[in-house]
Amino acid sequence: MTSVAIDRPTTRRGIGLALIAPALAVVGLFFVAPLVMSAVVAFRGKDGDFTLEHFAKAFDFYTTDLLFTLAIVVISTLLIGAVAIAIAGYLTLGEHPRAVAVLRWLYRWPLFIPFVVAGQLMRTFLAKNGMLNHVLIGSGLIEPLSAQSLLDWRGIVIAFVWKQAPFVTLLLAGAMASLETQHIEAARNLGARRLRVLVDIVLPQVRGTLLVGLVLSFVTMLSVLSVPLMINPNSPTMVTVDVAYRISTHADYPVANALCLLTLVLAAVGAVFYLRHSGVRAEGQAGR
Amino acid sequence: MSAMTLPSPMRALIRAVVLALLAFAIFGPLLNLLLWAFAERWYFPSKLPSDYGLTYWYRVFQPRGNALASLGTSIWIAVLTVLVSLAVAIPAGYALARLKLPWRGAILLVFLLPQAVPNLPVYVNIAQVFYQIGLNGTILGVVLVHASHGLVLAVWIASAAFASVDASLEEASRNLGASALTCFRTVTLPLAAPGLIASAIFVFLESLDEFTGTYFVGVPDVTTLPLLMFNATMGGNYQISSITALLLLIPSIGFMLVVERFLKADVLAMVGR
Repeated sequence: MTSVAIDRPTTRRGIGLALIAPALAVVGLFFVAPLVMSAVVAFRGKDGDFTLEHFAKAFDFYTTDLLFTLAIVVISTLLIGAVAIAIAGYLTLGEHPRAVAVLRWLYRWPLFIPFVVAGQLMRTFLAKNGMLNHVLIGSGLIEPLSAQSLLDWRGIVIAFVWKQAPFVTLLLAGAMASLETQHIEAARNLGARRLRVLVDIVLPQVRGTLLVGLVLSFVTMLSVLSVPLMINPNSPTMVTVDVAYRISTHADYPVANALCLLTLVLAAVGAVFYLRHSGVRAEGQAGR
Repeated sequence: MSAMTLPSPMRALIRAVVLALLAFAIFGPLLNLLLWAFAERWYFPSKLPSDYGLTYWYRVFQPRGNALASLGTSIWIAVLTVLVSLAVAIPAGYALARLKLPWRGAILLVFLLPQAVPNLPVYVNIAQVFYQIGLNGTILGVVLVHASHGLVLAVWIASAAFASVDASLEEASRNLGASALTCFRTVTLPLAAPGLIASAIFVFLESLDEFTGTYFVGVPDVTTLPLLMFNATMGGNYQISSITALLLLIPSIGFMLVVERFLKADVLAMVGR
């Protein structure tokens, strides 16, 4: 893409910056500045000097919850990846047109359903007296007495996967659909099974898209407050709940911010993947 | 693997069972919500409500009820968020798509942040600042928080929309004597309009559904629909919260059904840039 530029390049640069300045100002003032503030507050003691006491307190009280959060988000991300690969793979390689059409219609219903609604849906669906248990009992799969509530870490994972898998699937199926079909057809003609084609030929080519979708989901889930608050508010729970608690009950901003920063560290692990990948993409963009 | 050797009726059965299970996983929770929304009475351990009715609907929609007020607040906030976001995102998107910019990479990185960084620290601290300057619990405060997140999506989509406009059309209009502004108003903007509308819908939905930011910044005076739903759920009032959830589902599912008209491959390719 070349610009329409016929005018003098320096003034155009000025115009460009002027056009972009308001958007940058909004993001800078209402996103970047509070983020920086979080780091300052978390490291500042009562008399204004540098301290690690808030982190010590955060670890003291919430190490379990930090690990719990990490485990939930990692398990959810892996499950989301598995579901997305399975569905997108069948959409791309499925040989039964009607099944593909049904699946395409089916999988994306939760796509834009907000987390807070997903939390409410699962709170009733997965409860001990919820529809899931009624169906399992009705179909004879479990005994009425062994019905149990899934409203613990499992409920959070189910809500996350239910809500995020369609998003990653949408991205992945889009990427798979834009692949060159020759390789796939050639492999199929040589007798390769579909699972093999998916693993050896399709997935390597859409790895980047899958990774981006999963990292975005990973980071998003780290920040979700409503789902753990509604499904599993008692300890051990996710760090977001602890942050809300420290603020609403103790007005303890330093420890809340220390917890937030620890969440950022968890996200940074994901961001390393993300930036490495988007760095490759950006070079590709510049070359266009 | 072994599926290859299975007889075809068997494979058809497996296919049907898997699709049915998936359908249950997706629609089960939604169906459960519908039952709760119309249940008058539903006691443990009965499988289905013992009475159905609209009593709770009347309660939700009564003229002085909280729900209508919250719905109004939510829509008003979402509309303002779209206006603020697009007002700054359209020029920014145009500049990113068409003009030479210094520090382009750094600028793109800034516009990536709100989607790539957990938002919790931002909400926590912005709530504290807003509290000190009197913006906490105001519509403006909530709009600013929603917009700082929403405009990122709007910038991405708007810049894709502008990039996809054929530059030779703009050149033709300029050669015929149109000023830069006239050319933008009469050629570029109309051609990019579908993408811009798509970004407006995205921002609108995101604002309508937003919970965490409003939870911290909106208290105590701004109650949007998601907050009302949350409070009803935590209060154990499943009927009210289910009806409110249904209200929130309508735009979400409506958009899902038409999403492919907006989310063309070029926009999808944008994600993760």
